[in-house]
Amino acid sequence: MDDAVPLLRMEGISKRYGGVKALEKADLSVNAGSIHAILGENGAGKSTLIKILSGVVGPDEGRILLDGREVTFASPAAANQAGIVCVFQELSLVPELSVADNIVISDPPQRFGMIDHKAQRRIAEEALARAGAADIHPRALVKDLPLSRRQIVEIAKALARKPRILILDEATSALTAADVAKVFDVCKRLRSEGLALLYISHRMNEIRELADECTVFRNGHNVASYRAGTRSDDEVIEMMIGRQYSHVFPAKPDSGSASKSAPVLEARSLSWAGRLHDISLTLHPGEVVGLGGLDGQGQRELLLAFFGVLRGLGGQVLIDGKTVSIDSPAAARAAGIGMALIPEDRKTEGLMLPMTVRENLSFASLDRITKAGIVDRDQEQELIDDMVRLLAIKTAGLDIPVGALSGGNQQKVVIAKWLMRQPRIILLNDPTRGIDVGTKQEIYQLLRKLADTGAAILFYSTDYDELIGCCDRVLVLYDGAVRRELVGAEITEHALIASALNIEAEGQSAMQEVNA
Amino acid sequence: MSDMASHGRAGYLPGFLRRADPAVLTAFACIVVLLFLGSLYSRNFLSPEYLLQQLKVASFLGVIATGMMLVVLLGQIDLSVPWTITAGAMMACAAAAYGPVGTALAMPFGILCGVLIGLVNGIGVAYLRIPSMIITLATNAVVQGLMVVYTGGSSPQDTATPAMRYVATGSILPGVPNAVIVWALVGIAMVFLLTRTGFGRTIYGIGNRERAAYLSGINTRRVVLIAFAMCGGLAAFGGVLLAGYASKAAQSMGDAYLLPSIAAVVLGGTSILGGRGSYLGTVAGVILITLLQSILSVMQMPEAGRQIIYGIVIVAMLLLYGRTPASR
Amino acid sequence: MKEWRYWVAEQRGTLLACGIFLLMFAIYTSNHPAGFTANVVETAANKGVLLAFVAMAQTLVVITAGIDLSVGMIFVLTNCVASALVVGTPMQTALGILAVLVVGVLCGALNGAIVIYGRLQPIVATIATGAVFFGIALLIRPFPGGSVNEDLADTLTGKIFGVVPASLVLLLVIVLLVWVPFRRSVLGRGAYAAGSAEAAAYMSGVPIRRAKFAAYMLSGLLAAFGGLFLTFFTYTGEAAYASGNAYTLFSIAAVVIGGVSLYGGRGSAIGAIFGALAFRTIGDLLFVFDLGALWQPLFQGVILLVAVSLGAFGLFRIRNRLEWFL
Repeated sequence: MDDAVPLLRMEGISKRYGGVKALEKADLSVNAGSIHAILGENGAGKSTLIKILSGVVGPDEGRILLDGREVTFASPAAANQAGIVCVFQELSLVPELSVADNIVISDPPQRFGMIDHKAQRRIAEEALARAGAADIHPRALVKDLPLSRRQIVEIAKALARKPRILILDEATSALTAADVAKVFDVCKRLRSEGLALLYISHRMNEIRELADECTVFRNGHNVASYRAGTRSDDEVIEMMIGRQYSHVFPAKPDSGSASKSAPVLEARSLSWAGRLHDISLTLHPGEVVGLGGLDGQGQRELLLAFFGVLRGLGGQVLIDGKTVSIDSPAAARAAGIGMALIPEDRKTEGLMLPMTVRENLSFASLDRITKAGIVDRDQEQELIDDMVRLLAIKTAGLDIPVGALSGGNQQKVVIAKWLMRQPRIILLNDPTRGIDVGTKQEIYQLLRKLADTGAAILFYSTDYDELIGCCDRVLVLYDGAVRRELVGAEITEHALIASALNIEAEGQSAMQEVNA
Repeated sequence: MSDMASHGRAGYLPGFLRRADPAVLTAFACIVVLLFLGSLYSRNFLSPEYLLQQLKVASFLGVIATGMMLVVLLGQIDLSVPWTITAGAMMACAAAAYGPVGTALAMPFGILCGVLIGLVNGIGVAYLRIPSMIITLATNAVVQGLMVVYTGGSSPQDTATPAMRYVATGSILPGVPNAVIVWALVGIAMVFLLTRTGFGRTIYGIGNRERAAYLSGINTRRVVLIAFAMCGGLAAFGGVLLAGYASKAAQSMGDAYLLPSIAAVVLGGTSILGGRGSYLGTVAGVILITLLQSILSVMQMPEAGRQIIYGIVIVAMLLLYGRTPASR
Repeated sequence: MKEWRYWVAEQRGTLLACGIFLLMFAIYTSNHPAGFTANVVETAANKGVLLAFVAMAQTLVVITAGIDLSVGMIFVLTNCVASALVVGTPMQTALGILAVLVVGVLCGALNGAIVIYGRLQPIVATIATGAVFFGIALLIRPFPGGSVNEDLADTLTGKIFGVVPASLVLLLVIVLLVWVPFRRSVLGRGAYAAGSAEAAAYMSGVPIRRAKFAAYMLSGLLAAFGGLFLTFFTYTGEAAYASGNAYTLFSIAAVVIGGVSLYGGRGSAIGAIFGALAFRTIGDLLFVFDLGALWQPLFQGVILLVAVSLGAFGLFRIRNRLEWFL
């Protein structure tokens, strides 16, 4: 690292999305023949770094040096050309084509203008063998393979492009333990062949086993680099946290006061499609319960399950102590249940962007403001005025498209359209993602206010600060199951991260530290 | 009342004006241009009699296009319109053969048949999630088959009831053809439905983003089903009117209405992807298409030229404002 | 090895269509008053080949996740063109055939340009271009008529060695010259990839637009072969609106029976050929069972309705209802 020119250097990379800075003066240095792990919380800037390196987006400032020479990538193809190949989390395979077709898709071998199937077969078999998956038949259709095998094909496809730097972005998140072991073997062999591997993973044990170098990102900046094995997990977690509380949270009531009342919502061993396992929880009126954990551990599915979106749900859901079967959002919002869901993506699930603010606000309450099917405009206006006042929605008028509003105000409209129904149970799916700090704080105040008036709130957030600041209890999910329940003072960043990463021992010790 | 509220009131124009967009204005501008061109060709073109006659012809298409607009607003399409029209016409005439009761129920029966066809389409689209284009083509074929079996392949002998003829050709108000009044009533009902009712709101909502509408607790499948049923009913009603106009039903009398009905809706600024469009635009589209047809026939343009000009005008106007957004 | 299993899996739709066809054809010939004779086969082949060409044309567009509602009108238009140009000396006839095929390619190219580069929805765009094509056909043939080089026509619609229908041989030749090369080319693969997962294909550097455009052009070419063959079959050209629409509809039915996915990315033109032959045979079954021609349209419609509804069974596997709305 000190003597030779590193294979790859990224210097002073910054990137902003709108007003949000994703990366600020980030540096990274990667050597040939090594595995370099990148660690960081949700939103620490890892994915942006990878996107810049693989040519998907361009940096606002900073430079990339390959073998000491400055390079710029206009497209993923250009990055591939330079030997940088990324295995993305979201699959880039074509499901209806065969494994071999997919492996050679960007540049199929040709003879007389036709695709040379023999050569293609050879290339595919080679790549599959290098990826440690010689058992996958090149003629199998990708759509017939299970997710974990597809991920391996994705790696084989990357290898067929003869990379010098291979980026594995959460490449093991969908894999079974046996497949992970295979991928590890592949990674080690590639390292011995002189490749540089950038390995992004949330799984600490993987990083411990695999990485040579580690770089920790926080708030869009690399805060530390160290040789693998020289820091304890606890120290690594401290490096990942180390952040100022940037939000002001409303005061929480005495813990336990809410949970004395009877639960309004209860789940008993919920399971679904191999993505949710045996989840039990209770939700009481007046409390804010958080869902924590790494992104994609089943939090979204859990909220959708309650809201009647998922089919074939195992286990029981009880409302006011009575078993109910909710088979649609329409049933979930109905009078006896009174549930509301602030969905994940406000642009495609929460709002109809081209429609007006007015139409969006009253959309979930049409049944309440219509008489014989006809919209009672006075009543509609009244309810809308209430909501605009309650949430302080800033808009140039009610009859402009809601898409013209700022992100924060759009989110307020989504929340308002549900509050108009005065729900008893409010499910929120990461409601503050991508909105400004001011609006975030208003939302925190609002959540507490709603809880104080008796609503029960189940709140998934990818931002640990929010969970700590807002929640009376937090359930940390890992791999579709509740890993841990943190109550009151136990909710610390350290505890959240430790249990999110599924580190048993360190998590315990961390908690002891906090309690001490 | 708060400041915000009064502001909201001020912006509260009638829905069809509020939604008026450049496409509608373009369509109306084209109507003016066509009238001007027509008047250059023949002085009669601007006479009240001629214009009323055009409006009368337009009203059949208007009724049919109203139903089509409903499904297009959902982001769907109904290609079973041709034989739904024909079935409506034939069944109404057929009912007339069954004595006074049949005569009385002829029109409702014809419309009911259309509703049934629409229900099949709606079940296919909403519940089986078959692409609307495919399922409606299939039902079109099935209905055609049923009608061929029923009529024996030749034009049926049944004739329209006097009531049907009166509705299509008579005039209850001096000088105003009944057909125009019928279209006006259907149109007013449609505007009311789209702008004043919860159902109308959900139509636009589903057309914009069915996912969001579903997550808002709307039974989107039922709305889609009802919309297809209404489209079928209105197409059949159009067929009943046409049968009244011609005194009888005929094989493939609906074929000539598929392209014009879609074109009228789309030229009127309703997005083929759904969620956006006003009835005023559809009115403009219907008149535009009818005038275009009329001018072409006044100019004694043969059928061939009409088809070509149709196709070109529709593609050209769609390229102006009907393109899907660039994905990259 | 289980190599053959993968081949079967790849060809499942095609094999199924082939099976349906053979079964239907067996029932048909065994109940036909004349039995399994060369003449019965010849007539069936000539009718089936017409639809087979149009179904192949439809397949190419459907593979890209599009649909061509003008394909029947291209068929009608090229029939009219052929009835005017494919006459005279062998040289003139050859040039005439070339002209017919060029017209077909141009029609396909127009559709492709409007859909791919104009970014219009295939449904509306092809309904509109269908009107244009029909209009042009009507310009050429206001009334049924025209003629064709009858020697050539008789050769191509007759029997080779008095046994094998020439039309089937012609179909085979065109499959080998048009479909097989496309299927095995980079563009062909691009068309499949674009139909299956356009975003993933784009991310992998597949030339999506060129591939789709090629598919539309070849679709026009195949429809033109159909129009040409229709002229050989009938000796005349006719701008028949109903017939154009019927062929469009039947082509969709044939494609569905032939195992081509209407959502794009899966299926083969060979499957569509068997789908077309099967569809024709099913329609003709009514004759041999004396059910009368009147029932035929209804019967064909019901087959289509059932065929498209079968695809809905996949719905029951969906466990997240939001996937309905993708």
